[in-house]
Amino acid sequence: MQARITFHFLLFTLFVAGLWVTPVYAQEPTPSDDDVNRIAKQLYCPVCESTPLDVCPTEACRQWRDLIRTMLTEGKSEAEIKQYFVAQYGDRVLAEPPNRLASYLIPAIAILLGALFLARGFQMWIKPSTAEAAATSAEPQQPVDPYIARIEEELKKQK
Amino acid sequence: MIANFGFGVLVVSWVVTLYSVFAASFSNTKGLAVLVRNLGGRSKLLGVSEMPRSRLADWLEKRSDPQNAAAMVESARRAMLLTWPLLTLTAGILIYLLTHNHYEVKFVYEVTSRSMPTYLKITAWWGGQSGSLLFWSWLMSAFASLVTLRKWDRDREFLPWVIVVACITIAFFVGMNIFFENPFAQFYETFNGVDAYTFQPANSTLVTPADGRGLNPLLRHPGMVIHPPMLYLGFVSFVIPYAFAIAALITGRTDDRWIRLTRRWALWAWLFLSFGLVLGSRWAYDVLGWGGFWGWDPVEIAAFMPWLTGTAFLHSVMIQEKRGMLKHWNMLLIILTYSLVIFGTFLTRSGVLSSVHAFAQSAIGPFFFGFIGLSLITSVALIFYRWSDLRSETQMTSMLSREALFLLNNLLFMSILVVCFWGVIYPLISELFTGAKVTVGPPFYERATAPIFASLMFLMGVAPLSAWGHSTVKTLGRAMWKSILGAAAITVLIYLTYTHNIGALIGFFIVALVILVTIYEYLRGAVARQRSQSENIFSALWTLTGRNRRRYGGYIIHISMMLMAIGIIGIEVFQTETQGTLAQGQSLNIAGYEVRFKEIASWDNQPAGVNYTRSVVDIYKDGKYLGQLTPRIDYYFDSQQTMTIPGNRSTFKDDLYILLVDWEPVTSTGATFKVYVNPLVNWLWLGSLLFLAGVIIAAWPDKEVEGVAVKVRARAQQPSGSAAD
Repeated sequence: MQARITFHFLLFTLFVAGLWVTPVYAQEPTPSDDDVNRIAKQLYCPVCESTPLDVCPTEACRQWRDLIRTMLTEGKSEAEIKQYFVAQYGDRVLAEPPNRLASYLIPAIAILLGALFLARGFQMWIKPSTAEAAATSAEPQQPVDPYIARIEEELKKQK
Repeated sequence: MIANFGFGVLVVSWVVTLYSVFAASFSNTKGLAVLVRNLGGRSKLLGVSEMPRSRLADWLEKRSDPQNAAAMVESARRAMLLTWPLLTLTAGILIYLLTHNHYEVKFVYEVTSRSMPTYLKITAWWGGQSGSLLFWSWLMSAFASLVTLRKWDRDREFLPWVIVVACITIAFFVGMNIFFENPFAQFYETFNGVDAYTFQPANSTLVTPADGRGLNPLLRHPGMVIHPPMLYLGFVSFVIPYAFAIAALITGRTDDRWIRLTRRWALWAWLFLSFGLVLGSRWAYDVLGWGGFWGWDPVEIAAFMPWLTGTAFLHSVMIQEKRGMLKHWNMLLIILTYSLVIFGTFLTRSGVLSSVHAFAQSAIGPFFFGFIGLSLITSVALIFYRWSDLRSETQMTSMLSREALFLLNNLLFMSILVVCFWGVIYPLISELFTGAKVTVGPPFYERATAPIFASLMFLMGVAPLSAWGHSTVKTLGRAMWKSILGAAAITVLIYLTYTHNIGALIGFFIVALVILVTIYEYLRGAVARQRSQSENIFSALWTLTGRNRRRYGGYIIHISMMLMAIGIIGIEVFQTETQGTLAQGQSLNIAGYEVRFKEIASWDNQPAGVNYTRSVVDIYKDGKYLGQLTPRIDYYFDSQQTMTIPGNRSTFKDDLYILLVDWEPVTSTGATFKVYVNPLVNWLWLGSLLFLAGVIIAAWPDKEVEGVAVKVRARAQQPSGSAAD
């Protein structure tokens, strides 16, 4: 954090003093910012939790992005670069746990149990009573749309 | 001195709140005696011996003099009513300290500075941990007072227990402030250096820093000024239905009276919570500078989880009101909502799971966790205690009936909750069992929740057409076929003109279906009315809405959700981005747009304590000049932090969202820009405004309500086929 503050302070001092830092012009360096961000988007540094690497403003994350750029220049593939960060910092750099089975299985089981519970509930609950069964069988003969009938009924009540 | 006085008032508030809990609990000693006696066989399992229990029951019974009881209730009520003025005084003192630069107070030092305007110094009250806990208690006491001031006589049997629940909650939060997070702690210099203390240590001197650190700039945004109070209002209002539910369980009035009494509270709670979430999203979009509005951050999810159970609750209580079913489930849902509300506050404030939102961290975690556990166990134990009283009064007759579809809706909401809860705790579990930390980020949540959200949306299209009690595939099909055809036609049109993405097409089909079904259903009612009353269509629509606000307010909410879904599909599926470092006159091209860097300037605003670095870019679309945007970086001297404010050109087709990147060198000759094109995102904000209107319509006070409250079960016994809410 301190480094970042110092960095910004330096930046603004330079700016105000008119000592322009020479920018890297958009000559489409290879690899481009977009190439770097495509991979950075999928990574998280251990410090800035919940902030993906492509938008993290800290100095450490900037260095990581530079590292990705260097590795891309060396011709490394996306998988190789991600693997490098995992080897260095552990699975937490990835946007989701690498063991998908473990991360999806538990909620899937819980949801399935809920669904089974509900299905069992339906089985237990759905026992049409005689009156309701009669209402059901009477329904097809109804000449008027039940919805219209209901509206009419409401209007009668209102009068 | 003033700070010490503030702390004194806080302690008095706590004592008064505890007294209120005590007096209200013991006002109904007869009821307690019955409760203790009935625990009978159940307590043996827990190893509680018979003797002290029956002796306690005898003792309680002896004290059950009705006159004494009435006096105790009155005393509890007055004590409760005293907590709000006391907490208001505490808050007033804190605000005085905040606005008068009392930097010897640690909290004031941490969240304000001399350069901040007065309104921000006041809102800094909820900008830090100890202040926001006090804010929570203050809101809670206001709401509890409102409940007991209104309709005291009508709800006499419930209210003592409502006071108990509300005051336990207040006492917990005030206790947190007193013992762990004192907003009035002051800096003292001792032999060990400078630290904050509640009481002045021996041989120490008070230290007053010349200026404060100032509020985190991200929290100075208007969205963030309103967002926490909205969320807290939502959190706190959900405590009221919970308190009534517990009162119903304790007193044994397990019919739907508690639901009818708190229906409006629940709706307003839901409104505040929903709007808090929307404001938070808007804030993220405007100031966090990553081109999106929802990052599946644990703290966002913490506020989203009670919303999920609250939404399920709002639907599910209708089944109990109409059909007398699912009483256990409704109790469980409101209990879960309460626990998640406390859990949400805990997640934001304990720092157990650090995230971008967790600005404040401290050691109060275990106590929060203990409180959540204890309240959850006690509440669920009460449900078991009243298990047989909560049996359903009617049975379900059809899988496609309204109540069955509502249950399916509940299952889907619970499924999203399961995914969210698992995602939040998985990193902890992983660390606990394997020692390895993992990140559970957006890809997990998006993949796991997308099909559930799609199913929920589809259900929104079907459920309004099904009837309470009974529906068949035939009746549903008859009501839906026109809308299905219409939605299919719209989808084909979208396929031909906009996108071939299958996921998006499915999404758009469901959106179109739900909107058409809802409008068709609405118009059908209005046309029927228009025919029989010879009204014009607008007054027919108006009276129809007025006659059944909850139903038609609900329809508007469904449509608004679909508009929001358009925005979400837009940003999730079609967002594009590019980044590049430009010299003056150079351009970045993205999705037909050309962003040309024109100029940049930097200047200080000394009174405000900010340095602005503002760039000007010209925007062209397919060669046509559209105007200028001014993305900028604000650097705050006091907190030494920056904030990136995007330049955003917003239309219903897409947003062009440009950031001046603050981690790359920014000079007068060159700067790095990050440009996003976020298609359709504006529909999200439009939807949220319509949503607000829908909830206000649904929750608007209704004269009939009080009358409805006393009708107990009569309507539930009505014959099937009535689809009206």
